[in-house]
Amino acid sequence: MNWHSRIGTLTLFAALLVPPAAAHEELAALDLAAFRGKVVYLDFWASWCQPCRQSFPFMDALEREYGARGLVVIAVNLDTERRLAAEFLAENPAGFKIVYDPAGNLAEEWKLAGMPTTVLIGRDGKTRSRQVGFRKVDQETLRTTAARLLAEETP
Amino acid sequence: MRRRVRPLLALLVLVLASSFAGCTATGRLGVKPWERGELAKRCLRFDGYPLELALDDHIYFSKEAASGGAGFAGGGCGCN
Repeated sequence: MNWHSRIGTLTLFAALLVPPAAAHEELAALDLAAFRGKVVYLDFWASWCQPCRQSFPFMDALEREYGARGLVVIAVNLDTERRLAAEFLAENPAGFKIVYDPAGNLAEEWKLAGMPTTVLIGRDGKTRSRQVGFRKVDQETLRTTAARLLAEETP
Repeated sequence: MRRRVRPLLALLVLVLASSFAGCTATGRLGVKPWERGELAKRCLRFDGYPLELALDDHIYFSKEAASGGAGFAGGGCGCN
């Protein structure tokens, strides 16, 4: 084998040593009662949703920043094929919790008006804010609303 | 129209109009926002494969050169 294919093989082996991004936790079902007392950032996403490629790093950073103060990010996937969701997650790693809803029951229950939808739930378990779409201006709105909800006292 | 038929017709129109409300996204039929992934697939787009489309157009234009190709002007050797 020549020298450049040898280097290529070594690079491949070296890539295996790189630790993967923080693995996401997969919840079996969405049980909001378990998160009472925390601020829940509920996001509905799918692999075909382009703005989700921007929202994933944002949600990761948000949870890392406010996680200690009680923010929990739960992302509900609405892909009909699990394979598509896995491909999306491979490209856009997530450290937050993921719930899979291929049948769309949760989407129906939460009456989504568009994709992606972000619902902010306060510490009292009540829905405090709904956001459809994810543009640059929405990032700031979500961040300030989350910070405001976190500042509230636990009921 | 006969006096007896007109209210019946109005009732029929009303019933039909209200029954078609189910065809919207909020009813049983229609595409929900989270179901639009199927419509986003490349094979369902008009411009999903621009290179293939351009090549097909070129071949068609060359083959139909004698009758004027895609236009209606006179034909020739394909150099319209």
